[in-house]
Amino acid sequence: MLDEPTNSLAQLACPAPHPVKDTIVLGHGSGGRLSAELTREVFLPAFANPILSRLDDQAIVSVRGTRLAITTDSFVVKPLFFPGGDIGSLAVHGTINDLAMGGATPLFLSVAFIIEEGLSIAVLRRVVESLRVAAQNAGVQIVTGDTKVVEKGSGDQLFINTTGIGLVPDGLELSANRARPGDKVLLSGSIGEHGIAILAQREGLEFECPVESDSAALHKLVAGMLDVTNKGGVSDAIRCLRDPTRGGVSSTLNEIAEQSRVGIQLEEDTIPIREEVRGACEMLGLDPLYVANEGKLIAIVAPEAADAVLGAMRNNSWGRNAQIIGTVVESSSPIVTIRTALGTSRCVDMLAGDQLPRIC
Amino acid sequence: MKFIDEYRNADIARRLVAEIKREVRGRWVLMEICGGQTHTIMRYGLDELLPSNIELVHGPGCPVCVTPLETIDKALELAARPEIILVSYGDMLRVPGSSTDLFTVKARGGDVRVVYSPTEALKIARQNPERKVVFLAIGFETTAPANAMAVWQAKQEGIGNFSVLVSHVLVPPAIRALMTSADCRVNGFIAPGHVCTVMGYEEYDALVRDFRVPIVVGGFEPVDLLEATLMLVRQLEKGEARAENQYVRSVSYQGNLSAQLLMREVFEIADQKWRGIGTIPASGLRVRDAYGDYDAARLFGLASITVDEPAECISAQVLQGLKKPTDCAAFGMRCTPQNPLGAPMVSSEGACAAYYNYRRHPGKQLPVVSSQLSEKP
Repeated sequence: MLDEPTNSLAQLACPAPHPVKDTIVLGHGSGGRLSAELTREVFLPAFANPILSRLDDQAIVSVRGTRLAITTDSFVVKPLFFPGGDIGSLAVHGTINDLAMGGATPLFLSVAFIIEEGLSIAVLRRVVESLRVAAQNAGVQIVTGDTKVVEKGSGDQLFINTTGIGLVPDGLELSANRARPGDKVLLSGSIGEHGIAILAQREGLEFECPVESDSAALHKLVAGMLDVTNKGGVSDAIRCLRDPTRGGVSSTLNEIAEQSRVGIQLEEDTIPIREEVRGACEMLGLDPLYVANEGKLIAIVAPEAADAVLGAMRNNSWGRNAQIIGTVVESSSPIVTIRTALGTSRCVDMLAGDQLPRIC
Repeated sequence: MKFIDEYRNADIARRLVAEIKREVRGRWVLMEICGGQTHTIMRYGLDELLPSNIELVHGPGCPVCVTPLETIDKALELAARPEIILVSYGDMLRVPGSSTDLFTVKARGGDVRVVYSPTEALKIARQNPERKVVFLAIGFETTAPANAMAVWQAKQEGIGNFSVLVSHVLVPPAIRALMTSADCRVNGFIAPGHVCTVMGYEEYDALVRDFRVPIVVGGFEPVDLLEATLMLVRQLEKGEARAENQYVRSVSYQGNLSAQLLMREVFEIADQKWRGIGTIPASGLRVRDAYGDYDAARLFGLASITVDEPAECISAQVLQGLKKPTDCAAFGMRCTPQNPLGAPMVSSEGACAAYYNYRRHPGKQLPVVSSQLSEKP
């Protein structure tokens, strides 16, 4: 039947691919393995210093005895407006959250606009109003900015870059390299909403139950969590805080496992996912663990403080559905695993680039 | 969620595993054909729940993996032409061709666009009348009706700038080729549930008769696959060989007749090369002459490319279930999803990708989590 004898079938194998090492591809911006590689191979060697090398969401510096957190972020989301937010509110929330993950109280933001020639000023006003409202609600001030206009075709309508500055209490050391075996993994709520909302809007997918982005500022949630540990006398009980944005919960946990040199074991049944998000992910063949979030955080917490921190999270409107989703374990090499409902275990690996919806 | 939760129910799964353990006596090698089923097996660790005398091997069930190198190279050539918009499902973008892949061509300025459905490709053609739109129409029988619909619709509407680069493969000839091969050790097949939703399972009667192997059409959830396994075990223990249907909520004996009609209208059966396996006669589809104006292979005079495929990876043997991904020396070392040596590592439905993503350390025990199902009676 086959036109080759079966013992020569082994000859008909796949050739080596052309490795993509000399060009930036979209996957380099997806928050997964390619992004990490770019940081490690291009940026870190160039800018090497101990603060940068920690690769936290923010940099904590000390200026005349005062600890400041600084962060920068760029927002290139398309479409500009989506259910649950827009590029403006996203910019404020995202920057605040990067500061909050270092335990900082966010104070000031800068906002720089890169505007494509031809953008309607009415659209710009809408975005600016959204920035204003988000900043006001969060209690931060936008104190400086910049504007650039690029030729039509050189930018995708509007890009926003921000810098955020906040104050960090003395003695607080949150970092992804502090997770220890026995620590608990806490998640502040349901996952996958932002990524699905954006995908649906961008691709014109209409689900029966529309999904809204979860974009939100989490600094008050964090403050409540730190408060309960301070009061409980276990101020170092929270080892690490991270917001699982691009690359989802899986990328964040893999980064923590990598930096702390531990294993992380998750329980699939405990991870909150809204039905609409599950439905959308099932249809598209996407795994919610890899889908972006913009209003959620992961906390690695000492086991004796986990219940108290969970209670504090649930007392805040952005943490009502908080759950303990896993445990940090010893491991000879960094790995994230998940126990399924059937009791078996599998790896939760970091994505190479973007998740690609399946074909059939 | 309906049709999801009940088919992932741990209690039901536990009962099925217990039933399989009670009924199995012999040593059986079972093959599933669909990449989606492979992923479920890996994702839920179904192979770990089954008794050791049942071995699950994985067949050529990933349409991305078996798309011939020539087709990828043709797509790459088209994508690099400025007048062409190459439209594809996302999975195809990372598949390595002879020297590059669609992602790289896109990064270097080729107009490559990802869609979720061929009707979106048609929309792109309508919106860009001055450009030529080529849709990379690959897949098993599952995606053939929708691709046929896009071509049919294009002809109805007189959309002159739309065409398809076709690489469709058919399951029954693949099973026949596998069973005919000298080193085949498969005792029973789990047939792909969505292919059979389109085609029914009438075609498997000839296969069970000619080869005396049972074939059970299975769904994609853990309970589906465990139930299909149980049905196969029952037949094997009794020495039976019939075509049965586990996926009754989606599959009927004759399948979706309207879909089949549309497929026959636009496509005809042809010999087809399967990457990593070779040419299997009458195992693919090509565009009929009546729709020749929509056949990119004809329109763009793509010369038939003969490609040297050095034996860097063992996809051929993996795709036939002769070896597992973890048997490959390059697996997880030189060959990873970031640096794939072959299509089964690239595609989200490829066996190698499934093993890598869910079982990253071959031979290494994952952190101990006792299997609740195997502990209970």
